[in-house]
Amino acid sequence: MYAFEYHRPGSVADAGALLKANEDAKIIAGGMTMIPTLKQRLAMPGELVDLRDCADLKGITVSGGTVTIGAMTKHDTVASSAEVKGAIPALAGLAGNIGDPAVRNRGTLGGSIANNDPAADYPSACLALGATIVTTNREIAAEDFFTGLFETALEEGEIITAVRFPVPEKAAYKKFDQPASRYALVGVFVAKTAGGVRVGVTGAGQDGVFRQTDMEAALSANFAPEAIDGVMVSPDRLNVDIHGDAAYRANLIKVMAKRAVADCA
Amino acid sequence: MSNVTGIGVSVKRKEDKRFLMGRGNYTDDIARPGMTHGYILRSPHAHAKINAIDTTEAEKAPGVVAIFTGKDMAADGVGSVPCGWLITQKDGSPMNEPAHPPLVVDRVRHVGDQVALIVAESLAQAKDAAELIEIDYEEMPATVGVASAATGPLVHDEVAGNLCYDWEIGDAAAVAEAFSKAHHITKIDVTNNRLIPNAMEPRAYIGEFDKGTGEYTLYTTSQNPHVIRLLMGAFVLNIPEHKLRVVAPDVGGGFGSKIFHYAEEAIVTWAAPKVGRPIKWTAERSESFMSDAHGRDHVSHAELALAEDGTFLGFKVETTANMGAYLSTFATSVPTYLYATLLAGVYKTPAIHCNVKSYFTNTVPVDAYRGAGRPEATYLIERIVDKAAREMGLDRVEIRRKNFIPIDAFPYQTPVALQYDSGNYFATLDRAEDMADVAGFPARKAEAAKRGKLRGLGYSTYVEACGIAPSAVVGSLGARAGLFESAVVRVHPTGGVTIFTGSHSHGQGHETTFAQLVSETLGIPLENVEISHGDTNKVPFGMGTYGSRSLAVGGEALMKAMNKVVEKARKIAAHVLETAVEDVDFKDGVFTVAGTDKAMPFAQVALTAYVPHNFPHDQLEPGLEEQAFYDPMNFTYPGGCHICEVEVDPDTGVTQVVGMTAVDDVGNVVNPMIVHGQIHGGLAQGIGQALLEECVYDESGQIVTGSYMDYAMPRADAFPSFKVDNCVTECTHNSLGVKGCGEVGAIGSPPSVINAVLDALLDVGVTDISMPATPAKVWAAIQGAKTAQAAE
Ligand SMILES: Cc1cc2nc3c(=O)[nH]c(=O)nc-3n(C[C@H](O)[C@H](O)[C@H](O)COP(=O)(O)OP(=O)(O)OC[C@H]3O[C@@H](n4cnc5c(N)ncnc54)[C@H](O)[C@@H]3O)c2cc1C
Repeated sequence: MYAFEYHRPGSVADAGALLKANEDAKIIAGGMTMIPTLKQRLAMPGELVDLRDCADLKGITVSGGTVTIGAMTKHDTVASSAEVKGAIPALAGLAGNIGDPAVRNRGTLGGSIANNDPAADYPSACLALGATIVTTNREIAAEDFFTGLFETALEEGEIITAVRFPVPEKAAYKKFDQPASRYALVGVFVAKTAGGVRVGVTGAGQDGVFRQTDMEAALSANFAPEAIDGVMVSPDRLNVDIHGDAAYRANLIKVMAKRAVADCA
Repeated sequence: MSNVTGIGVSVKRKEDKRFLMGRGNYTDDIARPGMTHGYILRSPHAHAKINAIDTTEAEKAPGVVAIFTGKDMAADGVGSVPCGWLITQKDGSPMNEPAHPPLVVDRVRHVGDQVALIVAESLAQAKDAAELIEIDYEEMPATVGVASAATGPLVHDEVAGNLCYDWEIGDAAAVAEAFSKAHHITKIDVTNNRLIPNAMEPRAYIGEFDKGTGEYTLYTTSQNPHVIRLLMGAFVLNIPEHKLRVVAPDVGGGFGSKIFHYAEEAIVTWAAPKVGRPIKWTAERSESFMSDAHGRDHVSHAELALAEDGTFLGFKVETTANMGAYLSTFATSVPTYLYATLLAGVYKTPAIHCNVKSYFTNTVPVDAYRGAGRPEATYLIERIVDKAAREMGLDRVEIRRKNFIPIDAFPYQTPVALQYDSGNYFATLDRAEDMADVAGFPARKAEAAKRGKLRGLGYSTYVEACGIAPSAVVGSLGARAGLFESAVVRVHPTGGVTIFTGSHSHGQGHETTFAQLVSETLGIPLENVEISHGDTNKVPFGMGTYGSRSLAVGGEALMKAMNKVVEKARKIAAHVLETAVEDVDFKDGVFTVAGTDKAMPFAQVALTAYVPHNFPHDQLEPGLEEQAFYDPMNFTYPGGCHICEVEVDPDTGVTQVVGMTAVDDVGNVVNPMIVHGQIHGGLAQGIGQALLEECVYDESGQIVTGSYMDYAMPRADAFPSFKVDNCVTECTHNSLGVKGCGEVGAIGSPPSVINAVLDALLDVGVTDISMPATPAKVWAAIQGAKTAQAAE
């Protein structure tokens, strides 16, 4: 780890000001990705702005068919929230299966989606549920937010403040663990909403999280596991590594999607 | 009276209190006065020439105390990191043994090879300085996989064809004869996957030099400090034993990987007097992945000749083994004497021959890892036995029973050098089948099928050789060390006892088991016994702990020393009680005189020994302390049966272990809880090897599985609750009748898991799968079988 200046502002406004004032400042949230990066000397920020004391970035509210979760809300808080479990149980379940207890008690929603790891869980939920990412500057539709591997629409100094998840009719998330890291080798989030069915796939794509539109069409016509049988999932642009080739991942997308739909019943 | 802390009791581990309270004292916990911090700069390349190393800028960096390279060590006459076992090749010539400089001089041979030592006031400063070192590397093509090593680029210019040795054992002519009479021949090709040991505590060393006395001290995460003192002192740094103290304090797991003498030990010890201050080096986890000796990495082709009724007639094996870039301490013995000598397994196969070729590659050195050679032998045998049964339409259990060495055939001389002293493979098989409820398996399989799951059952019946080892035997086979053990029993004036043992505990629980031996033998409570180990200035000598040798060798040395103590104490008691020595009995901690009410408790004898007011000094020395060395007559031969039950999800290829039964004959058991704990750990590693773990290199020699992100460790939730039991046949050549339990779990289990997976996949037409049987691999095998069937 290289030396850096450490700041711990008490509000998102102060955090924003610090970021504006220091060009090479970086945000640290739960640190579950940031700290290992620093330790391995892969990043050399001159300043770290820690959001942990920003009370205005924490908390969960449910109203008017929307679940709003503050960016600094920990995975464990989401997993054990009665409101989330009541409104979108699949989302609470997803959060409860991220990493291990230590990670869930440090890692945050904002950190996870800002990082946009191609094998992270939350991005699939954001896409499938049609979430809105709220930042200090604007509101961004999930569709437009995840732009590539570890890439997002966030600009310099822009802070995620919250994510708004519309409550679906039904939803389920099925994750196939990568055997070593237990990140998603393939994770499929299926949501049945008034506007149709949406399927978000993480872990599999070479460009990160994506929507499986063929499955969405098939499931919108017939919301049943068998509807997926006829969908061809192409191995093109799917990841290949020692844990699985593209054909295997293509298979897992179907299997996990079917299991998610079955879970919605 | 049965002793509540004696032999056979599941006493809770004495050492756990300090470990659970965070009061352990590991090497990295130690801070010596004036201590500096060392950082080892490592090669990022698998193979490269070093044209130049420029440390000028780095030396000026803040906090830097000194920087050393291989040139400095070479100029100082530092020797090569030695190999402890000479293998004589088929043609009678010695193996090829290239130099292994602790810091490389002009060439790196694997990713992680040591290039420079940076010593600084803090670790962060040492790392900062390391970034300023400029190295002119000229990359060279690398040899990576063992299968293509013979034709790959040369790892050492002087070693033609990268061949370390071409070695054989057994009678090739007898095997050829057996094959000529065979009714059926079963052939198999198997790979024993390369593993990374992953002890919980990374390696750590502190080198220190006392200018006043000229004495060096090395604190080290070692399983055998005396061996390190011998190898490093005599071969690398030329420091005599009386000027070199090696301390291995609490050590957090080794699994073999901490047996070996590592370059970093020599580097910090050598550099300490140069900087005039102690130097600490602790491996980071990612360094462990690229510098701890790896395990296994064999490729074998084997053929089994059978008679019409399934009797084994002959077995021939060709094995290719990976040594890595340099020879680690015991690397050469693993694929030879610890492997090929076990190829008889539990069967009375009359003719066996094995040819082993070992090669150098541009990978981390490979050496002993839990089981060392015996898991490789067991895996090969138990896979081919299952395959033979299937090909011949015989029952896989019946074919085993038919070929088992009969109970009355012990001592049994195998055709591959070993003589098994005792065993009963029928008993362990029967008990395991019972515990695993084999009878209920068809119903469980049918029920699983309803859920869309493929259920399978797999067997492994095995024997291993441990209690390493008779010095005379290993000496004749090329070992450059003896393999005895020592113990000192120091009885204190008020009756407490300190034991100094050359064994070393790094998780095994010696402080409890050895104390139980003392409690049983001397009749004193466990609290009155302290076990001291791991310091060459305290213990007379020690060959350390590996090869499941602590109890069978170290425990025997302790028994021998305790017998001497009892004999001495008997003389003292006879003197005080004014009777003949022959009339004094010793039982339950009290000396008595037959036919009288005269008695003297052990503690009182001890006091008298140190307060010898009226000793006849010409006949009786004061004090009560004895020492013994014990060298075993033979290896010990634990054996048993492991039965694994799995469920495979054909949609995802996931294998779930749903049942794991292990019935092991480890001889007499001193502490059943500790033995079962050792077996649980071994099973976890065995299942890990079978389903999860594999060190993968890419073609250029980079480690793809360089962290826990990609190297899959077994976790508790991957296992069912294990069913473990012991059957006992006593070892016939040690007084305790013990064999050893540290490795059996990892030796016996892998083939039981793979045989279970193949049993589950039988109906879908899959006949082979390699370790680790990952979900992707199993799924692909199922797809392959479907495609093949569709084509038929
Ligand atoms: C052992 C382990 C296992 C894991 N397993 C999983 C898993 O199974 N599934 C999974 O999805 N994830 C997993 N993770 C990742 C985990 O969820 C992390 O918490 C997450 O990726 C990052 O969140 P964080 O709060 O720790 O962010 P940090 O590490 O602090 O920051 C990550 C990045 O996001 C930026 N950032 C943080 N907050 C904001 C914000 N509010 N606005 C803008 N930018 C911001 C930071 O600048 C940084 O670049 C695992 C992590 C570990 C260490």
